[in-house]
Amino acid sequence: MNLHEHQAKSLFRSYDLPTSNFFVADKYEKAKDLAKKLNVSKWVVKAQVHAGGRGKAGGVKVTDSLDEVESFAKKWLGKNLITYQTDKNGQPVSSILIEECTEIISELYLGVVIDRSSKSIVVMASPEGGVNIEEVAEKNPEKIFKASIKIDQEPSREDAIKLSKGLNLDNNQTDQFIEIFKNLAKLFIEKDLSLVEINPLVIDNKKNLKCLDGKISVDSNALFRQEEMLLLRDITQEEPRELKASEWDLNYVSLDGEIGCMVNGAGLAMGTMDIIKLSGGFPANFLDVGGGVNEKSVAEAFKIILSDDNVKAILINIFGGIVKCDVVAEGIISAVKEVGVDIPIVVRLKGNNADIAQKILTESNLNIVFESDLSNAAKKVVELSI
Amino acid sequence: MSILIDDNTVAICQGFTGSQATMHCEQAIDYGTNIVGGVTPGKSGEKHLDRPVYGSVKDAVNATRANTSIIFVPARFCKNSINEALDAGIKLIIIITEGIPTIDMLGLKTKADNLGAMIIGPNCPGIITPGSCKLGIMPADIHMKGRVGIVSRSGTLTYEAVDQTTEIGLGQSSCVGIGGDPIPGSSFIDILRLFESDSETEGIVMVGEIGGTAEEEAAEYIKKNISKPVVAYIAGVSAPSGKRMGHAGAIISGGKGTALEKYLALEDAGVVTVKSPALIGKTILDLLSS
Repeated sequence: MNLHEHQAKSLFRSYDLPTSNFFVADKYEKAKDLAKKLNVSKWVVKAQVHAGGRGKAGGVKVTDSLDEVESFAKKWLGKNLITYQTDKNGQPVSSILIEECTEIISELYLGVVIDRSSKSIVVMASPEGGVNIEEVAEKNPEKIFKASIKIDQEPSREDAIKLSKGLNLDNNQTDQFIEIFKNLAKLFIEKDLSLVEINPLVIDNKKNLKCLDGKISVDSNALFRQEEMLLLRDITQEEPRELKASEWDLNYVSLDGEIGCMVNGAGLAMGTMDIIKLSGGFPANFLDVGGGVNEKSVAEAFKIILSDDNVKAILINIFGGIVKCDVVAEGIISAVKEVGVDIPIVVRLKGNNADIAQKILTESNLNIVFESDLSNAAKKVVELSI
Repeated sequence: MSILIDDNTVAICQGFTGSQATMHCEQAIDYGTNIVGGVTPGKSGEKHLDRPVYGSVKDAVNATRANTSIIFVPARFCKNSINEALDAGIKLIIIITEGIPTIDMLGLKTKADNLGAMIIGPNCPGIITPGSCKLGIMPADIHMKGRVGIVSRSGTLTYEAVDQTTEIGLGQSSCVGIGGDPIPGSSFIDILRLFESDSETEGIVMVGEIGGTAEEEAAEYIKKNISKPVVAYIAGVSAPSGKRMGHAGAIISGGKGTALEKYLALEDAGVVTVKSPALIGKTILDLLSS
């Protein structure tokens, strides 16, 4: 689960990480007053969306005019911001961050991730901040400095000093960095985060360190014990069909092809997409109905697939292990009764109660083609989608 | 021979009296698996599936000498259950549960390594040694005792590989689901090592997916240490970047963890790869016949 920049910065502040003073406006009428309250003469205003690339898309502005603060807020609130990381519709802007402008001497990078390879929490720091860190890793890997954190030990002062050397910090900044390192580790572990990026971490004109941007992802698996984090979820930033699917415990990801897929199991769902592509088609979605499906959730899954106008044909691929194929069949029939369907459906059923399911679907008189071989099923659905 | 579980396995189930555990333990017992009892706190002294229920893993181990545990406990209680199993000296812990916080797994993995215990999963279908022992949620009837070892990050793709190797007449020595989480208890390498030294395993099927670098690390290992033929399929060639594909660990982030990178690494290590999951069985048959 991703947080907005302003939510990340509020968390930073509660862990004593240095940020600029800021307010958040959800109505443009409030923007001027909030900017005035900061008691400065220059501001940065930033549209709050779950996507990078906001600056290039016009979603960030530096200004010394209160009128411009207001006009920026008026321009973006209620609109969608399209960046290179969003889809063609962009992400809705429902709040604006208004921040005191910081004079920057240099831009650094600081991030924390769970490193799957070393099975540890890794802090990454680089003197090359403000740019895409993946590019730095590609072109100048020697400019990325790393230290790992143990979940059951205090973060080491030596590691912090090692990173600060990599960042070329002076003595005073090194002292600040040691605190930042320690508090960031604490924040990461206590709040069950899966990613923190401070890009840039800057040295300001008073030679102090400051977190100028903030990106945080929370481990979705840990939300049961992170109620405070769960409250920060902004569903307006989620794709509507994906949001709907999540309400039914379905794993759905919207894609831009024309073949709708309904599969059990994440691996097989990806495998089904792959085989559709190999057969010359393009999947319209990833959908794993999971092991705990019932007739109702299958019906909802089917409706979500059909709500995508690009879908020209549907492939249903079920390998019944825990899932019983006949339960899926009943779900399809009840969805079709409710919303109707006029596009071709190809069904491949294997395993648990596949024969019963096939009988149920055959007797339903729906426009269904059965294929027991996966390759043939994919070929067939691509053929029917044209 | 086989790997990890066989006729000598003495297993308990944690979360024994829950509905999923009950269904799958019943099937496992029917299959001939030696499940000697289970653990459900607060139900100590009761009987379930004709077997004793204990209040703690320690009590269960003292009474039964169990060496293996299969866990169906809900995610929010799982950390405690795994700690309990490790503390009680269980050496093989199979975690079916999905949704365990990643930070918990970091600590548990370190602890298991220090104790010389092995964790399989979480978020996995479990392990089966066909004809002998089943500790998992896989459908039993698609399996056949045989020559191919299967290791996979995905449950249903394991079933695909099993079904194809059965239909083609090869059968399986053991099948291990290592699970779809970012921090699994065991990696491909841990399982490949066991298959290499298992006399019954003649060839290996490895099913990976997008996210992380476990397949690349496996490729390095295979290059140096595996003499048996390996066929690999990597799910998610068509998956977009930055989107989590069902499994917590199946995500391409920052352009890393793509299926293409994994295929290249595996091919470089001499692994025969297939781009379609429907070709796994035929390809391993060709390799074992030549």
